[in-house]
Amino acid sequence: MNSEIVVSVCMGTGGIAAGGDMVMKAFQEEFAEAGVANATVVEHSRLHKVGCRGFCARDVLVDISVNGIVSTYQYIQPDMVKRLVSDHCIGARPVSEWLVGDDYHTFHDNQTKIVLGDLGKIDPESIDEYIRVDGYKAAEKVLTTMTPAEVIETVKKSGLRGRGGGGFPTGVKWGFCAANDSDQYYIICNADEGDPGAFMDRSVVEGNPHAMIEGMIIGAYAIGATVGYVYIRAEYPLAVDRLHLALKEAKEKGFLGEKLFGTDFNLKIKVKLGAGAFVCGEETALIASIEGERGMPRAKPPFPANKGLWGKPTIINNVETFANLPHILNKGADWYAAIGSAKSKGTKVIALTGKIRNTGLIEIPMGMPLKEIIFNIGGGIEGDKLFKAVQTGGPSGGCIPQQHIDLPVDYEGLASVGSMMGSGGMVVLDETDCMVNISKFFLEFTQSESCGKCVPCRLGTKRLLEILTRITEGEGKEGDIELLQELAEDVRDSSLCGLGMSAPNPVLSTIKYFRHEYEAHIKQKKCPAKVCNKLLTFFIRQDMCVGCGMCMRACSVNAISGEKKQPHKIDNSLCIQCGSCFDACKFSAVLKE
Amino acid sequence: MLNLNIDGKDVSVAKGTTVLEAAQKLGIDVPTLCHDARLKPFGACRLCIVEIAGMPKPVTSCTTPATEGMVVKTNSERLYRLRKTTVELLLSDHPNDCMVCSSSGDCTLQELAYLYGIRENRFVGEVRDHSRIDHNPFIIRDQNKCVMCGLCVRVCDEVQGVGAIGYSERGFEAKVITPFGHDLDCEFCGQCVSVCPTGALTGSLWSGKPRSEGVVKTDTTCTYCGCGCNITLRTHGDKVIRVESASDNHNRGWLCVKGRFGYEFINSNERLTTPLIRKEKGAPFEKATWEEALDYVAGKFTSLQQQHGSDSVAGLCSARCTNEENYLFQKLFRAGLGTNNVDHCARY
Repeated sequence: MNSEIVVSVCMGTGGIAAGGDMVMKAFQEEFAEAGVANATVVEHSRLHKVGCRGFCARDVLVDISVNGIVSTYQYIQPDMVKRLVSDHCIGARPVSEWLVGDDYHTFHDNQTKIVLGDLGKIDPESIDEYIRVDGYKAAEKVLTTMTPAEVIETVKKSGLRGRGGGGFPTGVKWGFCAANDSDQYYIICNADEGDPGAFMDRSVVEGNPHAMIEGMIIGAYAIGATVGYVYIRAEYPLAVDRLHLALKEAKEKGFLGEKLFGTDFNLKIKVKLGAGAFVCGEETALIASIEGERGMPRAKPPFPANKGLWGKPTIINNVETFANLPHILNKGADWYAAIGSAKSKGTKVIALTGKIRNTGLIEIPMGMPLKEIIFNIGGGIEGDKLFKAVQTGGPSGGCIPQQHIDLPVDYEGLASVGSMMGSGGMVVLDETDCMVNISKFFLEFTQSESCGKCVPCRLGTKRLLEILTRITEGEGKEGDIELLQELAEDVRDSSLCGLGMSAPNPVLSTIKYFRHEYEAHIKQKKCPAKVCNKLLTFFIRQDMCVGCGMCMRACSVNAISGEKKQPHKIDNSLCIQCGSCFDACKFSAVLKE
Repeated sequence: MLNLNIDGKDVSVAKGTTVLEAAQKLGIDVPTLCHDARLKPFGACRLCIVEIAGMPKPVTSCTTPATEGMVVKTNSERLYRLRKTTVELLLSDHPNDCMVCSSSGDCTLQELAYLYGIRENRFVGEVRDHSRIDHNPFIIRDQNKCVMCGLCVRVCDEVQGVGAIGYSERGFEAKVITPFGHDLDCEFCGQCVSVCPTGALTGSLWSGKPRSEGVVKTDTTCTYCGCGCNITLRTHGDKVIRVESASDNHNRGWLCVKGRFGYEFINSNERLTTPLIRKEKGAPFEKATWEEALDYVAGKFTSLQQQHGSDSVAGLCSARCTNEENYLFQKLFRAGLGTNNVDHCARY
């Protein structure tokens, strides 16, 4: 009897970091060895790489399918492979203690996967795998049976909006671009994902690069572009490699290059590596960077759709937007428009991180309440702590408190509470997070990533950061909150590009919802979440201390004293509140108040 | 033509005109720091922001094209507050040394600080410290005073076509820099100095020289070449202390290194002030009047041509003369002296 065995090993960046490549190697070796004993199994088994399936916290994830029955294993390491092969692949007895639990299914079952649908299922390094799941059918249909105007109309009707952060209706933008009379049009895919903690676009490029390329072909045809660029950051080496491979394969199949699908339409796609400037995610800065200039935003208008790359009409969409397109063109605008909320259609890919049980990459229908994302898909707060807030939209977004936990996650919903969709970052914060410190953290990022061109962003974010630092270090003054608010509003209202306009969001939203925390820092000189060390007093509980001396060795200012195996003490007149003793103590004897 | 309304006044402008230009046409003063009508709009200083009906946020008038029916406000409480914050932010990272700055009285930032009455600064904080001294013969670069308006970088690129400077670093550390941070090594046209709105770029030749007290400005023409650029000499007593050029001149205010920095010969002791004649071989030069000198040359030409024919003489003219002067010179030789032996230093 021939049994069909398929083993899929998660080999996105997260999977590889967790040891995915070694697990893969172990499987190959085990199969080679087992091949002698059971040739039938080997002959019909396939072993392949898959991209990120979202649940990165459980990597290395491995799917083993025997005769079509799939079992998923979590936390797999190379030394576990021998047993998986012998018991499951050969013996057909799944190793139950290593299988994923119910929470894995809760995580996945509450999602609606369009963009991430094929991630984790197909081998990103094989175009045939993509073709097997109807890949390039949409592009073929568009090029051979539809006019560009029909394509734009379909995308308009689907209600698809830009997933890079702006949320501008994609079809409308294409329409603006196509309306120009020009000898050349360009299409650009923005894969310059730069938000801290965001990995949506990277995962798509790593896990299913052809979906993005197919989307670009559709977009290029709609606006009449014959040259496309993928602007991707060089810090994504795996994504870059898979992208290059995918472009090569697509060209060999005749999906790129000249006379696509036997039509007169030509499209060449070039890859441009970004050097890691956050501001290059802003479309005019991105264009400047492709042109070889310093990545600095330009004033709009003119909008890139009218005057973009090399002064020609240009469309820039992000990876997720492009990856949606094949599905929309295959299944129709009405199908897509039926998913989501009133003004935000379709799904959104979200990088769910922070103090949450199930961190990972998820895809939800627009309009899903925050609560469901955090407590159903995310599995609630880690360690059963209390939920405090959720930060959405990356460093430019805002913090949303408990009172808005039922808020629908779509463009309008998030904007209504002073946050934004952004590219889809979601950081969950619990009771141990200090909101002033969180605000400072994001300002540190935006301040150092400002291109320096316009005054409010270059200097305003710097001064905001200085005031926040002052407050967290106990130097806050009466009037600092009002000053922060005024300056934040001025930076928001007078900056040149989206970076400066949105950089004050974390400050404004935390003041709005957590003003009492600011006041505690400034007036009582206390950090309620016990995060800001300069506002805390460190001491050692005499009944807990075993006198191991770890804290004493960690202290850089010799503020701790005590005999061996006797309780130690901290001299607070010497202590500089660095927190090293707290981190060093293995017996929870160091307390901070 | 496009019709728009700015601060309650109607104005018609050609397509392609910016809102700032339209406001200026009405005589409305909109503050700017990074704008220069001779360069492409940049939109960095955010001072020229205006409110346009239907737009949610203020926009920079220097970069926004005028459209039909646009209703613009160049002044409001909100705009005043935003502009004041911007000026205050700039001053929070600027040395407060106007007393000893060679651009005092000529500085846009100083003027803005005065106009917005900024005495106390709400944003006192870290200030940049670019202590590196650039060793070059003509331009003093004091980067602590740079407001990152980008005028120097743009003039070097757009007008001079040199690109000797660019930007580096990000955020607060962003700065204008030479390649690899080396000393400036360019053609030293000084266009960057002429557009710098603060004391970040100044001419070393006028450092420590009088700024305004007793300084007289005289418009004249540069004598270095036939272009005849309009220049303004700043003099103090009988000394020329600085050369500048107004942007509404035929040369649009642009000068070359010679015109801008090559003026020290005027007050040089070695400068010739009368013609000199060497009457015999090996004899020293003797001072002469123009009449004596011209008579001497005319006499020599005549005698040489009588002895050796008309082609025995030749004339060499100078690129420092105007086209008209050069025309007359060749006319003198061809028609007057009957020879084609006439040439010009710029041919070499």
